[in-house]
Amino acid sequence: MLSNQYPEVPLEDKQRLFDQVKHDQRFDDYLYGCYECGICVAACPSARFYDFSPRKIAQTLAREDIEMFYEQMNDDIWNCSQCFSCLRCPRQNNPGGLITIMREVAVNNGLRSTKEALAGYTRIIYKIMTTGTQVSPDMLQEDAFPDWGPQVKEVAQHLDLWRRALPPETLHTTGLSWQVEERTMLELYTIWKLTGVLNMISELDEGLHDIMEEVMDDALEDQGFSVV
Amino acid sequence: MNPMEIPMVGRGTQPETTRTFIQDPDNAPDEDMREAVQALAREGEWIVQPVPEPYYAARTKYGRVKKIPFEKTWHHKSCGQCGHIPGYSTSIFWLNRFLGYDYFDPRDQTSCTAWNYYASATSNQVAQAAVAMRNFSAAYETGYFPIIHCGTSFGHYKEVRHELVHNHDLRRKVREVITKLGRPFVMPEELVHYSEWMYAIRDQLKSRVVYDLSDITATVHPACHYYKLQSGDAIYDPEIYGGQRTAAVTSVVQELGARVADYSTWYDCCGFGFRHILVQRDFTRSFATMRKIEVMKEEANPDVVLTHDTGCVTALDKSQFATQAHGRKVGVPVLSESQFAALAVGAHPYRVAQLHWHSTDYRPLLSKIGIDAEKAWTEFQEDLAQIEQGSMEYLSWESVL
Ligand code: SF4
Ligand code: SF4
Repeated sequence: MLSNQYPEVPLEDKQRLFDQVKHDQRFDDYLYGCYECGICVAACPSARFYDFSPRKIAQTLAREDIEMFYEQMNDDIWNCSQCFSCLRCPRQNNPGGLITIMREVAVNNGLRSTKEALAGYTRIIYKIMTTGTQVSPDMLQEDAFPDWGPQVKEVAQHLDLWRRALPPETLHTTGLSWQVEERTMLELYTIWKLTGVLNMISELDEGLHDIMEEVMDDALEDQGFSVV
Repeated sequence: MNPMEIPMVGRGTQPETTRTFIQDPDNAPDEDMREAVQALAREGEWIVQPVPEPYYAARTKYGRVKKIPFEKTWHHKSCGQCGHIPGYSTSIFWLNRFLGYDYFDPRDQTSCTAWNYYASATSNQVAQAAVAMRNFSAAYETGYFPIIHCGTSFGHYKEVRHELVHNHDLRRKVREVITKLGRPFVMPEELVHYSEWMYAIRDQLKSRVVYDLSDITATVHPACHYYKLQSGDAIYDPEIYGGQRTAAVTSVVQELGARVADYSTWYDCCGFGFRHILVQRDFTRSFATMRKIEVMKEEANPDVVLTHDTGCVTALDKSQFATQAHGRKVGVPVLSESQFAALAVGAHPYRVAQLHWHSTDYRPLLSKIGIDAEKAWTEFQEDLAQIEQGSMEYLSWESVL
């Protein structure tokens, strides 16, 4: 399969990204070859909606087709729903898992297509990384979810009161999904810093990285947490 | 393998196959991860937190026994659930109290962060495993055993366990992080999803059902991350779908006396998509309605869709509004089986099941069950008035049991 979608990108750059994917410790566990049977495609929700195929992902990686790989890194991987229905593969491949690895490499290398795919999503990254919970009740706003109908407005209008009408004590929150202890958050910040995740964000969005670093460093310093 | 009657016949719709999957743990094609976890504990690699007794012995896909604790559970909450459909978790807690079980609802808990990982990949293997192990260690220190509310957290943690078992280097790196936090390095003996606990308590619930549910038809959406990720470790029962699909949710709903109807796209995902539900919902809306809700309606005409994951409830419920506006055949309420079970044994639809957080009209379902939605709403409004006036700070557990 030949691709000439990105002739302006030097082959060495494409090869470098491919090598990063291939050297991920999970790679060998996720790809054993491919029968081209298409069972993964039949199970794949994204294949029904987009011009997208987990079979092509597995094939491309197995054949080490660098040009096609680079095209998929830019045009395909963000279409995947990460449902892992493709784990039905009779060859024991994990196309969804291969895509997870490809996405990680795409983020680490700050690909433009990745920045575009994640535009609008960065506020969520901020939420999860700084609070330990991914979505909060106060995100339920009409302008963010117009397609969810008038009920979202209803929730937003009564949010504080409705949250207080929840019997579990940990759920009396509006800015977090549940109450998270301060120490717990500091431990989470420590994890992001020690494992290089915070640095990863700078490839994606430098401004976001700087804000989060400041929030985390201030909090860690205030509480005398040292991250070395 | 001899053909046999599928036990769903008469109560549900007969699946297309009549074969039963014969469970044979001695010939399971995959490795028993729990054994590997114990072996590593013997080598001093980590502490294994045992499942507290008494426990229920359930069967997984290939017939291995999985221990499901009844109580002393540490509730690993789910962000989507607690944030947007809090009746899901409230019902789980309420059922624990209803059955008199001791449980712990921690504040020393973060999300598994896998929603973000599957949406944006802005993390890595070591970080994801460290987040999991930090939570496990927090549970261990309380003496309560982790039970995981979210299908994605459950699936992701099973993946993390698999990776930690097989990758010494990863184990070392994660242990270093956890040690730096001053925490013990602990792996639970079992990874347990709340719907497995629901399966374990189904008999106890059956004897307490207060409504005749025989006229209620439900369709079940099995959550992808519950049984597709690390597929061997999910609950299967030869009496449910001939052991060919997970018994989670379906077994409980049938036990409560409702009818579970089959539909052809049961294996399809809900369309959540992780990234898509937040920033590309045209995909989610189309898939959730055209491949799931419309097919269910066409083939089974259910009164309710029941599932066991936060994301699935959200995607299947919220997607219906816009689709309805296009005049398509949707309009089925979506609940977790914990909410449905709570209602069946007499829980309040607003104080406990918190149905006002759901979008698709659930009132026809309530009235078919025999619950007076209007009266219940008036009662709930009175609670809200008391909170507003300051005579009650919060709605307390005492007032809902
Ligand atoms: S994980 Fe991705 S590739 Fe696999 S079935 Fe789901 S959407 Fe398709
Ligand atoms: S199911 Fe597996 S073997 Fe078949 S096409 Fe997909 S990746 Fe290849």
